[in-house]
Amino acid sequence: MPAAELVEVTKRYGAVEALKGVSLRIELGEVVAMLGPNGAGKTTSISILLGLRKPSSGKAMLFGIDPNSLDARSRVGVMLQESGVPQMLRVSEIVDLFRSYYPKPLPREKAIVMAGLEEKANALVKELSGGQRQRLYFALAVCGNPDVLFLDEPTVGMDVEGRRSFIERIAEFAQMGKTVVLTTHYLEEADQLARRVIVIDRGVVIADAPPAEIKSKVAGKKVRFVAPDLHEKNLEGLPVTAVMIKDGRVQLLTNQPESVLRDLFQRGVEISDLEVSGADLEDAFIALTSH
Amino acid sequence: MTSSQTAVTAHTRAPILPMLTRQTWAEFLKLWRVPAFSATSLLLPIVFYAFIGIGQASQILQGTHVTFGAYFLASMAVYSVANVMIFSFGISVANERGMKTDLLMRATPLPPIVYLLSKCITAIVFAALTLCVLFPFAYIAGGVRLDADQWFTLASRVLLGSIPFIALGFAIGYLSGPNSAVAVINLIYLPTAFASGLFFPKQLLPQIIQNISPYLPLYRFGQLGWDAIGAPTSESVTTDWLYLAGYGVAFFAIAIWAYRREEGRKFS
Repeated sequence: MPAAELVEVTKRYGAVEALKGVSLRIELGEVVAMLGPNGAGKTTSISILLGLRKPSSGKAMLFGIDPNSLDARSRVGVMLQESGVPQMLRVSEIVDLFRSYYPKPLPREKAIVMAGLEEKANALVKELSGGQRQRLYFALAVCGNPDVLFLDEPTVGMDVEGRRSFIERIAEFAQMGKTVVLTTHYLEEADQLARRVIVIDRGVVIADAPPAEIKSKVAGKKVRFVAPDLHEKNLEGLPVTAVMIKDGRVQLLTNQPESVLRDLFQRGVEISDLEVSGADLEDAFIALTSH
Repeated sequence: MTSSQTAVTAHTRAPILPMLTRQTWAEFLKLWRVPAFSATSLLLPIVFYAFIGIGQASQILQGTHVTFGAYFLASMAVYSVANVMIFSFGISVANERGMKTDLLMRATPLPPIVYLLSKCITAIVFAALTLCVLFPFAYIAGGVRLDADQWFTLASRVLLGSIPFIALGFAIGYLSGPNSAVAVINLIYLPTAFASGLFFPKQLLPQIIQNISPYLPLYRFGQLGWDAIGAPTSESVTTDWLYLAGYGVAFFAIAIWAYRREEGRKFS
C-alpha cells in the first residue's frame, strides 16, 4: 500500500488549469522532493494529497484511504506554506495541544529539541522570529510522530545557514524510517535529502528520478552571447542541452562551455557580449522542458 | 517491503476527551491573554454597574417590590454574558481566518466537533467568570439582596439563554473580515442593547424603538433576567424562551451557511 497516491488528478481554479493529469505513487519510507518553479502545481498537489483541496477529476489517497478521514490524518504531519498558528500560546503549550490530536505522539521535549526550540519553549508564538516560527511549524508537524511528513516549501525565507540546519533536522526525522514529501525551489535541497525527485512544471510531471539522474539532465553552465548571424544549424553536433535564440541573443546550456565556444569560433560565428555563468534551477527547468 | 512498513501500526485515533481538554484550555488561554477581550468582558459590566446602578440601587421601581439595583443587575448579567458569547466567538473565528490558523487545523486529525465544543465551553466558562465578578459587586456595592433561588435562576437563565448568541458570534466571525469583526459586533450589539432596555428602561426610549424592541433577541433575553429577580415583564417566560429558541435556530442556520460558504471557497 502506498503512503500517498495521486491517480490522474486534474485541478482547475476557474480558467486556470493547475494540474493537468498528475499521477504519482509514494511508498512508505521514501523521501521524495517535489521540485518546480512557482506556480508549477507543487502546492496544489500537496493540498490535494492532504485533502485540503478537491481534485477536479482523478483521485487522491493516503494509505489507500480518503485523505480527509481522521484515520489518515492521524498518521500525517504537515508544514504548510501559508498557514498560521495562534499568537497568544506558548511554544510548549501549542506543541502539547497538537500532540493531543495524535494517537502516539512524541514526548513534548523531543519534538521541541528536534525543531531546535529548547531556548524558546516558554516564549509566546508572537515573540518568535520568522525562522523560529518556521521551526515551530516543524515541531508541530513532527510532534504527532506521523508516518508521513508533508513539508511545503519548508525553508522558504531562510538564510543559507538556516536552510542547511533545517535540512539536517528533516534528514534526522527521515532517518527514523519515516516517509517525507517536501516541495522546494532548490535543487541542492532535493539533492541533500531525497532519493527521488519529482519535477513538476505547468501542472505536469516532467521528470521522476533519483537526484543524480535529474542533475545529469541539467547542464552545469549557461552561456550567453550576442550573435546576429547565428542559425540553429550552426549549433549542430555541439554538446548543448538547451538553446534559446531571440533577436540575435543566444542562450545555451552545456556541461562543456569551453569546447562549445571553441567549436563556435572554429565555425566562424561572430560573437559579442559573451557571458558564462552557473545554471540555476530556472535554467534546469528550461533544459528539462525543452526536450 | 521496507522496515518502516512494519513499524506502521493499525489505524488509531487519539482519545477524544484529553483532546477536548487540551483544546479548551488552549482556547481559554488565547482569550485570557488578550486583555482587550478578557479585561473588557470581566470589568466593563461592573464599571457600568458602578456608574448607572449604584447611585439609585435602593430605589424601588414604581409598582413593584424590586429595587433598581436588582433590576440593573439582571440587565448587566444579560448584557455581559451575551457580550462574551458574541465577542469570544466572533473575534476568535475572525482572527483564525485572518491568521490562516484554520488551514493548519484543517490538516490535523482534530475533529471539527471537538474544536466547536471547546469554543462553546470556553465561552460559557468566561460568561460564568463574568457573573462571578458582577454578582459579588452588586451584592457589596449595590446592596442587592436576592433569595438563593433567585440568584441561581438568574445565573442559570442567562447562561442557557446565551446559546443563540454563540451562533450569532460564529456567524459574524465567518461573515466579517478579520479586521472588521470588532467593529461589526459593536455596531450591532451596543445599539440593540440600548434598544432592548438593558441600560435604561424601555419606557424612556423613542416610541419607534419601543415598537421594535419586543422583536430583538436581547430584549427577550433581558425579560428572562428581569423575571428571574421578580420584576414584572410584559409576556410569559415561555414566550421569551420561544422567541430565543427561534432566534437560536435562525442564527445557527446562518452560521452553518456562512461556514459552508467558507469551506467551499477555501477547501474545494
